[in-house]
Amino acid sequence: MTRPGYGYDPPSPDQVLENVLEDVLQFLTCRSDRNAASLVCKSWYQAEALTRSDLFIGNCYAVAPRRATDRFRRVRSVLLKGKPRFADFGLMPFNWGAHSTRWLAAFADAYPCLERIYLKRMSITDYDLGLIANSFSSLKELTLVCCEGFGTSGLAVIASKCRQLRVLDLFEDEVNHDEVDWISCFPETRTCLESLTFDCVEFPINFTALEKLLARSPNLKKLRLNRFVSIEQLHRLLVRAPQLTHLGTASFSPSEAGQPPEQELDYRAAFAACKSLVCLSGFREIAPEYLPAIYPVCANLTSLNFSYANINAEHLRSVICHCHKLQTLWVLDTVGDEGLQAAAATCKDLRELRLFPIEVREDTEGFVSEVGLLAVSEGCRKLRSILYFCQRMTNAAVIAMSKNCPDLVVFRLCIMGRHRPDHVTNEPMDEGFGAIVMNCKKLTRLAVSGLLTDKAFAYIGKYGKLVRTLSVAFAGDTDMALKYVLEGCPKLQKLEVRDSPFGDSVLRAGLHHFYNMRFVWMSACKLTFPACGEIAREMPHLVVEVFTVQEVPVEEEDEFVDTLYMYRSLEGPRNDAPEYVRIL
Amino acid sequence: MGGSEEVSSVDLKETELTLGLPGEKSRDSGSSIGVKRGFSDTLDLNLGSACSKGNEFDENEGDNRLKHPGAPGPSPPKAQLVGWPPVRASRKNAVKNSCKYVKVAVDGAPYLRKADLELYSSYQQLLKALEDMFSCFTIRNFFNDGKLLDPVNGSEYVPTYEDKDGDWMMVGDVPWKMFVESCKRIRLMKGSETVGLGTFT
Repeated sequence: MTRPGYGYDPPSPDQVLENVLEDVLQFLTCRSDRNAASLVCKSWYQAEALTRSDLFIGNCYAVAPRRATDRFRRVRSVLLKGKPRFADFGLMPFNWGAHSTRWLAAFADAYPCLERIYLKRMSITDYDLGLIANSFSSLKELTLVCCEGFGTSGLAVIASKCRQLRVLDLFEDEVNHDEVDWISCFPETRTCLESLTFDCVEFPINFTALEKLLARSPNLKKLRLNRFVSIEQLHRLLVRAPQLTHLGTASFSPSEAGQPPEQELDYRAAFAACKSLVCLSGFREIAPEYLPAIYPVCANLTSLNFSYANINAEHLRSVICHCHKLQTLWVLDTVGDEGLQAAAATCKDLRELRLFPIEVREDTEGFVSEVGLLAVSEGCRKLRSILYFCQRMTNAAVIAMSKNCPDLVVFRLCIMGRHRPDHVTNEPMDEGFGAIVMNCKKLTRLAVSGLLTDKAFAYIGKYGKLVRTLSVAFAGDTDMALKYVLEGCPKLQKLEVRDSPFGDSVLRAGLHHFYNMRFVWMSACKLTFPACGEIAREMPHLVVEVFTVQEVPVEEEDEFVDTLYMYRSLEGPRNDAPEYVRIL
Repeated sequence: MGGSEEVSSVDLKETELTLGLPGEKSRDSGSSIGVKRGFSDTLDLNLGSACSKGNEFDENEGDNRLKHPGAPGPSPPKAQLVGWPPVRASRKNAVKNSCKYVKVAVDGAPYLRKADLELYSSYQQLLKALEDMFSCFTIRNFFNDGKLLDPVNGSEYVPTYEDKDGDWMMVGDVPWKMFVESCKRIRLMKGSETVGLGTFT
């Protein structure tokens, strides 16, 4: 042991403990584990705060940016979410909020070495993108999902200044057309790009610049093009980038100025050369005669997104019969029950199915029914997640799925006709959804539809012990329905309800639980203004917002409130709400 | 694979229709998403079985509904709700934007034209457009004769089309929407060659 005075003081036992704790805690990746660890005692709280490198903010208004950055000082990656999901369907007024600037400014201050930024349903401007580009020289990944407010000029700044950028992914954002050629703004030298996704950009890009970018991006593995790239152009890119693992195939049809090519391009060979391809998407304006080109890669595919492809059962069958490894399938309902049967016959490993409607209306014949659902449940026993739009359904099929697919974690069934019962028995859909919560013991996310009485919600409250997210539309008879849920589902985090006859007493019933939730959304229900005000007064850490979707001020004398959106917050009421949003 | 974007209120106004069938509860006219949505205002729909194809025929033939210019197909028989069914606007628009260009040939003309069937919502609109395209012809009362008349030499032209199965059919037999889905190309046949079709005097 050293003697005092030699300049080395052995660390105190407390310090040793803290160092060990930090070393151990840095391996904790799961958010809830970290949250639990931080509650043990003060030193654990501090150690956890110092070792947390991934910051997750589920609601950008739940906490002030400074508070987060003061606690967590060594963050490398941030994930920030803004608007609630119903904003996607136009239920939120324009300019409601979720502005990114104050968060980005706080990050710029606290985390100059930030490497990853992931924003979902945030409003982000070109200024904000400039802020990112100028503040984070080490930025490796930028992912924007369902965001709006920015355009090509912002993208241009990111492209030119973020020299370490590996990932630039734009998923379903609304991108303004500023007419800036952002693709040309990437550095002239070799880039670090590994993933480039811009299939949501609704205007052409500079294809020549893109080709050159590919040529100097040897690490590029994921490329998801927008629909303004023709199949001939796709061919040019593919032959230069056979190392791709994820490909968004753009339009997948010949260019409009379609003189037949001098020689028929060998699309099949181009795809065949891509030995690592596991994920295909795009097909935005598909010319089905070109589908055989992708046959060579089907055997390796784990993910296939045909959800923009107007193809029929036969088209799908011709592809899917080769896709034995498929785990994720997104399709349009044009493939019909028959197409689903084909998928079910081959894709024994399917984990996720999403079926979207080509006609987004309530009153059409529809292409799929309970037949397709049943087929999927019988063929794909490992299914974990399903989103299924249809015009008609039966309890029997849903019950069958609950028994055939016990691993279901996400069950979202959208019977598009409001209040539509089981079309065979004419009964409400209570039993079907009841079976789902009863038999699928891992269920965390549920969306219900069709004719539903309070009974369905009684089932949910009784059996849905792990349910975290519940979506309700045009359902239920009385307030009891939501009471069952609020009292019975201890894990409930996100409740989104629209056009259902629930009144003020559900607010009282949920008082004990609202602080455990991320948010509650109730629109076109039977909530009164005074009742909302009462909740706001009784729950100081709940921000209670009331608004209408059209930007007119809320009338207190109205019988019912149009929209109630409330969420827990350590920050208190925000100061960036537009005037037509009332914060009680 | 991820989410979607906020729809501006302007877009919603374009898609919001405020007509209903007579006898149904209707919203205040002139307001689209400007309507206060109390629960009692929600239209009570007890649709039972899905809308049969028969109804679609009627809506097409009648052609007296207010339509958005350029919108294909019939108007829905009741008011559209905001955000229902819950599909993101980007997804809705992406597939609707697909155009349906078909080649249009006229017997005797040296060149073909292309017409985007998605631009029209009825046979009358289509034939008017064809008339403009091949401006030497005039349409004679479509619903009676179904002919295009060349005023120069008096020969009649009959609009025919090739369908998905490769068969040549008379334009006008099936509902408009079905026609748009199945039509691959259009040919205006000289009257003398249509003897085999035998449906006109």
